Amino acid sequence: MPPTTTEAKTLFENLWDSHVVRSLGENLDLLHVDRLLIHDLSGSRALTDLNERGLSVRNPELCLSMPDHSVSSLPGRTLASSPNGVRLGEALRDMSAAAGIPHYGIDHPNQGIVHIVGPETGFTLPGSLLVCGDSHTSTHGAMGALAWGIGSSELVHVLATQTIRQRRPGTMRITVDGELGDGVEAKDVILHIIGALGVAAGTGNAIEYAGTTIGAMSIEERLTICNLSIEFGARMGMVAPDDTTYAYLKGLPLAPQDEAWDRAETYWRSLPTDDDAVFDREETFRAEDIAPQITWGTSPGQTLPVNGIIPSPGSFVEAEMQYNAETALDYMGLQAGKTIAGTKVDRVFIGSCTNSRLIDLRRAAEVARGRQVAANVTAWVVPGSVQVKREAEAEGLHDIFLAAGFEWREPGCSQCVATNGEVVAPGERCVSTSNRNFVGRQGPKARTHLAGPAMAAAAAIAGEITDVRALAPTTGEG
Amino acid sequence: MEKLQSLAGVAAPLPRANIDTDIITPMKFLTNARFDNMHERAFEPLRFLADGGENPDFILNKPRYRNAKFLITGRNFGCGSSRETAVWGIKGLGIRCVIAESFGDIFFNNCFQNSVLPIRLPAETIAELMAEAGDDQGNMQFQVDVATRTLTTPSGRSITFDLTVDRQTSLLEGLDDIAQTMKDDADTAAFQTEDRTERPWIYDLGTID
Ligand code: SF4
Repeated sequence: MPPTTTEAKTLFENLWDSHVVRSLGENLDLLHVDRLLIHDLSGSRALTDLNERGLSVRNPELCLSMPDHSVSSLPGRTLASSPNGVRLGEALRDMSAAAGIPHYGIDHPNQGIVHIVGPETGFTLPGSLLVCGDSHTSTHGAMGALAWGIGSSELVHVLATQTIRQRRPGTMRITVDGELGDGVEAKDVILHIIGALGVAAGTGNAIEYAGTTIGAMSIEERLTICNLSIEFGARMGMVAPDDTTYAYLKGLPLAPQDEAWDRAETYWRSLPTDDDAVFDREETFRAEDIAPQITWGTSPGQTLPVNGIIPSPGSFVEAEMQYNAETALDYMGLQAGKTIAGTKVDRVFIGSCTNSRLIDLRRAAEVARGRQVAANVTAWVVPGSVQVKREAEAEGLHDIFLAAGFEWREPGCSQCVATNGEVVAPGERCVSTSNRNFVGRQGPKARTHLAGPAMAAAAAIAGEITDVRALAPTTGEG
Repeated sequence: MEKLQSLAGVAAPLPRANIDTDIITPMKFLTNARFDNMHERAFEPLRFLADGGENPDFILNKPRYRNAKFLITGRNFGCGSSRETAVWGIKGLGIRCVIAESFGDIFFNNCFQNSVLPIRLPAETIAELMAEAGDDQGNMQFQVDVATRTLTTPSGRSITFDLTVDRQTSLLEGLDDIAQTMKDDADTAAFQTEDRTERPWIYDLGTID
């Protein structure tokens, strides 16, 4: 059903209302799922559950599966290059084939991390409702989609019924206005927001990101912003579709073509929030206040401007926050009162569904060009998809990275989550462009500092956490 | 799904905020072929020491709390990933009711898919409940009654909690969402028929090869 135009509505309300199959009372609705992305870690398990219940996939043509979490990122890899990859990857491939679900296997030119591949192929569309058994599904909201991560039981539910039961969340708008300073990236914007609001601020809410800063961002940057929505508890984050969105989508293989495109675009243009629509909560930020960020703790909200001082637990008001800061500093091996810049690092990981798109790799390559990775650092670049890898290589980015001493690897989740065995060793410190710095996330006892791609590349070069803005300019082509 | 009508047992106080799903079931277990043993290493970073042995200071390792059926904890419990193993791990430890100031959204939903009851209560109440749970002088028995939405503490204090009727019914009757929705499939079919004329591009993806 098309959005009605009689009363002022938010983008979220337009998206939600157009997917209600049936109201189940008490704010609970049965919603139609337009798109289901399936990955290796939860996919074959859910399909097995479905089979065991004697059920079948209701609309396999609206699904798309691919291996990402468990695959090796080793150059020249096959499924067999990672111990889990074989079992999970083969099971996903075979079960997808049996169910009639389109599958981008490890050798497919479109394989990659689900949250990279959905938008870049046009599988993810404005106005669509998309779910996936992965919490960072909020990423797809950057396309003007209603998208969120679901659990295993819900995944089986979607496979069987092409619907999901969902309680309507509250609405929250985060407006960022103004021009970002030099060297400040989308990742810094969202880390700054999470740091300011706290890791539970979005709980129960659907977030819309708005304002001139967001409006000026590319789709890739908006995807980075929406990706981290879940890190402050929000189930979904979204940006209204606009000309940037349509320009990005037009001509993508799975996007509507010709007359279907024209009809779709007209429809999409009716979706954005009306001027007089009301949100349950509003927060505003100024772009000028945002500096390049680096996290110091074990939660994405424990973040600092890169020129900041590591906080002492006593500087937090609540006892709980003090305790969290104390345990985080202990785990991270950091000392309160010192500058975070200058902290030695062992590894740098540029990758993940947060920051492994072409523009992220360009940013990192700009920093790497003509410089050398410090002797004490192992630095990886893991493109988010085969397509990103192909495009990056066409631009010669891989040559820049390789010449600087970075490893140039194959697409997948890799060290974001270390499911494929690519761990950061115990006690090692890693600057990572991923989205989670939780205890043990990159491997047991691994210490993770989240940052944007330029800051991560700068850390690789300097061998320590450093302000990318302070790196001396280089000349030459490296 | 099994029913959850009432529950009685010891409550373990775990006064810590933002316990995420990576703490409850670390990622390395998610590639297991089986998920019915998730409790074995649940809460690993807190529950076990570096040498693999039990951490005697962790609440669920203390003799009095080993058979806890309730967990009382800080805010934003179960934040992080969508992994349902977090609920399976907790349930496998025998915990069927988690009481916290707030929860990660997905975790909260996942609880109801597995007959585990999450209860949200204000911070002051949580603090009082933790004090009662930590006091081993009395009978230590907490009780919950789903039909009346009541939590009763060892001291006899009775607290009503929020629970929507659909969730209450599914716990009481052990109802499964999938079977229920499949009964409404005619509605889904009708939605798709109408939607196909409205948004044909959703259904005609072109060839994915
Ligand atoms: S890259 Fe990391 S956060 Fe993204 S889907 Fe993979 S494991 Fe999850």
